[in-house]
Amino acid sequence: MDHLRRMLLKGAGASGALAVALAAGLLRPSRVLAAEWNKAAFGAASVPDALKAVGASGPADSKDVAIKAPDIAENGAVVPVEVDSRIPGTTEIAVLVDKNPLPLAASFTFSNGALPSVALRLKMGKTSNVRVIAKAGGKSYATAKEVKVTIGGCGG
Amino acid sequence: MADPMKIRARLKGDTADIRVLMSHPMETGQRKDAAGKLVPAHYIQNISITLAGKTVVEGQLNTAVSRNPVFGFKVKGAKAGDKVVIHWVDTNGDQRTDETTVTAG
Repeated sequence: MDHLRRMLLKGAGASGALAVALAAGLLRPSRVLAAEWNKAAFGAASVPDALKAVGASGPADSKDVAIKAPDIAENGAVVPVEVDSRIPGTTEIAVLVDKNPLPLAASFTFSNGALPSVALRLKMGKTSNVRVIAKAGGKSYATAKEVKVTIGGCGG
Repeated sequence: MADPMKIRARLKGDTADIRVLMSHPMETGQRKDAAGKLVPAHYIQNISITLAGKTVVEGQLNTAVSRNPVFGFKVKGAKAGDKVVIHWVDTNGDQRTDETTVTAG
C-alpha cells in the first residue's frame, strides 16, 4: 500500500497537494485514497497546463482512443460522454473540456481487470472540444471531439 | 449525509458492467443563488471502486462533472456474487460508501 501510494504520488507530482489536503483535514490518514486529488492539474486554467500537471504533455493523436458524445448538446449542464481506449496497457484516462474555466474534468486509473473505459456526464460552459488523454506504457495518446452547446451549463 | 448511491453491476460474459449514480450537488463555486450570492464550491473529489476486495477504478473529479454524477465502468474477470464497493469523498470531507453484488446478466 505504501509503495503504491509513493508511486502514484510521484507520478502525479502532487506531494505538495497531499500536504495541503492533510492539513485541511480533507483526508484522514487512516483512510487515504491511493491517489491524492491532483490540485495542480484540476486548478489549471489552460489545457497545456493541465496536461503538464497530469504528466501528459504533447500527447500523440490516436484513433484508438474513442469518444462518444453528442454533436450538439442541448443542455450544457448534462452532456453524456463515453470514452474508451483500445491501446493495450492503458492505465489512465483523463477527460478535458477545452473551453471550461478549469479544463480538466476528471481522471481515472484502472487496475485489476478494469477496462480503460468510462461513461460520465459533463458540464460544458460553451461549445468546445472534449479531449481525452489515455496513458499507456509511459506514453500518452489523445483524441478530441467537438460538442456544440446551445445552453451553457456553468453558472446559473 | 448524502443519499445512498444507486449501484447496478451486471455481468456480460466475464465483464461486469457497473453503473453508479451518486447523489451530490457538485457546486462549481461559480453559480449564484437567488439572492445573487456565490454558492461555495462543493463537489466530489475522489471516487474509488473495489470488486471482490480489489481496487479496480480510482477517479479524481473536478467541478465539470454534472450534478448527481453518473458513471459507467467495465471490469473483466468478474463473477456473479462478487461484491462491488464504491466510495466517494467531497471537498467538505463528507464521504459515503455503498455496495452491491454483481448479478448474472
